[in-house]
Amino acid sequence: MKKKTVFSICLPLLAAGLTAYLAAGCGKSSREREDAPDNDSNRLYVYNWGEYIDPEVIGLFEEETGYKVVYDVFETNEIMYPKVAADPSQYDVLCPSDYMIAKMAGEGLLAELDMDAMPEAKTNIGEQFWRMSEDFDPGNLYSVPYTWGTVGILYDSERVDEEITSWDVLWDEKYNDEILMQDSVRDLFAVALKKLGYSLNTTDLNELEEAKNLLIEQKPLVQAYVVDEVRDKMIAGESKIGVIYSGEAEYTREENESLSYCIPKEGTNVWVDAWVVTKDSRHKKAAYDWINFMCRPDIALMNFEYIYYSTPNIGAMELMDEETLSNEVLFPDVGKYDLEAYRYLGTDAERLYYNLWKEIKSA
Amino acid sequence: MSKTRRLSSAFLGLPYIFWAAAFIVIPLIMVVWYGLTDENGAFTFANVAAIADPAHSKALLMALLLSFLATVVCFLLAYPLCMFLVELQKGSDSFLTMLLIVPMWMNFLLRTYAWQSILEKTGIINTALTALGFAPLRMINTNGAIILGMVYNFLPFMVLPIYNALEKIDKNVINAARDLGADGRITFLRVIFPLSLPGVISGVTMVFIPALTTFVVSSLLGGGKILLIGNVIEQEFMVAYDWNLGSGLSLVLLIFIIINVVISAVTEKGEEAKA
Repeated sequence: MKKKTVFSICLPLLAAGLTAYLAAGCGKSSREREDAPDNDSNRLYVYNWGEYIDPEVIGLFEEETGYKVVYDVFETNEIMYPKVAADPSQYDVLCPSDYMIAKMAGEGLLAELDMDAMPEAKTNIGEQFWRMSEDFDPGNLYSVPYTWGTVGILYDSERVDEEITSWDVLWDEKYNDEILMQDSVRDLFAVALKKLGYSLNTTDLNELEEAKNLLIEQKPLVQAYVVDEVRDKMIAGESKIGVIYSGEAEYTREENESLSYCIPKEGTNVWVDAWVVTKDSRHKKAAYDWINFMCRPDIALMNFEYIYYSTPNIGAMELMDEETLSNEVLFPDVGKYDLEAYRYLGTDAERLYYNLWKEIKSA
Repeated sequence: MSKTRRLSSAFLGLPYIFWAAAFIVIPLIMVVWYGLTDENGAFTFANVAAIADPAHSKALLMALLLSFLATVVCFLLAYPLCMFLVELQKGSDSFLTMLLIVPMWMNFLLRTYAWQSILEKTGIINTALTALGFAPLRMINTNGAIILGMVYNFLPFMVLPIYNALEKIDKNVINAARDLGADGRITFLRVIFPLSLPGVISGVTMVFIPALTTFVVSSLLGGGKILLIGNVIEQEFMVAYDWNLGSGLSLVLLIFIIINVVISAVTEKGEEAKA
């Protein structure tokens, strides 16, 4: 549910580069790897978001375990899903988002996890994050949280002379042509539904119609519906206000100090990306070892420092300094806001959301 | 002798026949199959009839309008340019043709991204305008930006066939018209333009069809605010996973493509018959 890609076109390059790097092998560690037999039984097929891991971590994992990692990346849940659904045995470990995990689990694509095989997950993932995950994975059967965050408003505090606290600002005419909205069905509706005080998991036709009308009313003020580009456009000053994921927000603030992030008072979406194992995985042991490795505090910290998304890893948080932990964008007080994770709503409701979305986009 | 020749030439075509079967014919059959069935595989016409849904027909009309305008602009730019190129001495015109073709060697996506940074609010044009004391223009995320992107990307497809048609015109035909008293305007209207018509029609087809079906230009330069039929189809496949509906709407587009191809085939035949 995030994606740190600047341009989607860079992704294949990245994947190709990574594969070439792993295949060519450079440095001492990979020479050792070459000694290990490379056959299918020794491999682990990982499918993750682009730029969602410290590349060094993959090498460390191979070095410590002797597995050979075949690493692919995707840009959205929607791109990942059909690939996995078409052949669920081609990947062992995936990192989808909440609602997609619920959908895949419901369709029997995911394996029930053996938590005892992953002691680091049990010890290091915070209690509140296991609870958060129950929204989409009741009983925590299928997934181990990897990153999490909120959706909120990023604004240029130098050119917006008010403190933004509410979704209402996205309907304020003085920001005509200065607003960036997310170009994905659920994220777009979440904003309007929360503004109206409804659940962002609603399937009530009247509530959704109301949200749709609100979004059509907003459309003339919107500069563009985009996904990745929100962060680049905000950094460049192309627009004053944008709806964005907290992890992206933190990155933009490093590039442009006048940007501020707010979690609107009406509440918002909290998302969780979590590791899952495919039901038809041919390398379950390696998959557990991978998830276990990712949950190790030192590794979780490396990944956190590389991708800068909030981590649910308490062990890693204990290794962080006071300043990082007091960062309210990365580690908000979850009790203070009405935070809702997306639930998978079923095919009919998905279709309904999508049809209403088309009406907005073609309005 | 002639039999072996025919056999060996059939052999030469074999790689392409396999290619066309695997990547053109079979996928097309799949599109027809998906388009005319529902998710359970039962025959239905609903996916094609769904074009009547207001969101879809609006996107189709928008795509027809924008690609029509882009085609007109391409034609108005390309025709005079081609006449100019043909007038030029050989040698210097190949340099100009190069200038036209070189951009095509660059990736289509990158070229379209480049237009983003030219047209944006903080882009090159607006930065220059503001520096000169003018008010910035709203260019990106408008219909105009999409038409511009279509024209820029597809212009060479209009120029090349028109150029070829004009170049093939026998200078003696023009001289004869002049000798018989036709002035420049009449020569153009009665001789040059009719003779270049096959090139014009193939240029129009080669611009109109990719413009009609594009979804990249509209999403990059339209800010996701302008939905063309290409975007609807792309999203049916990529976001809604509704391959049936996506294919059904593709079949509707296919009708427009076939109409276009038939028109250009008929005119070409007509030209041949005349010749």
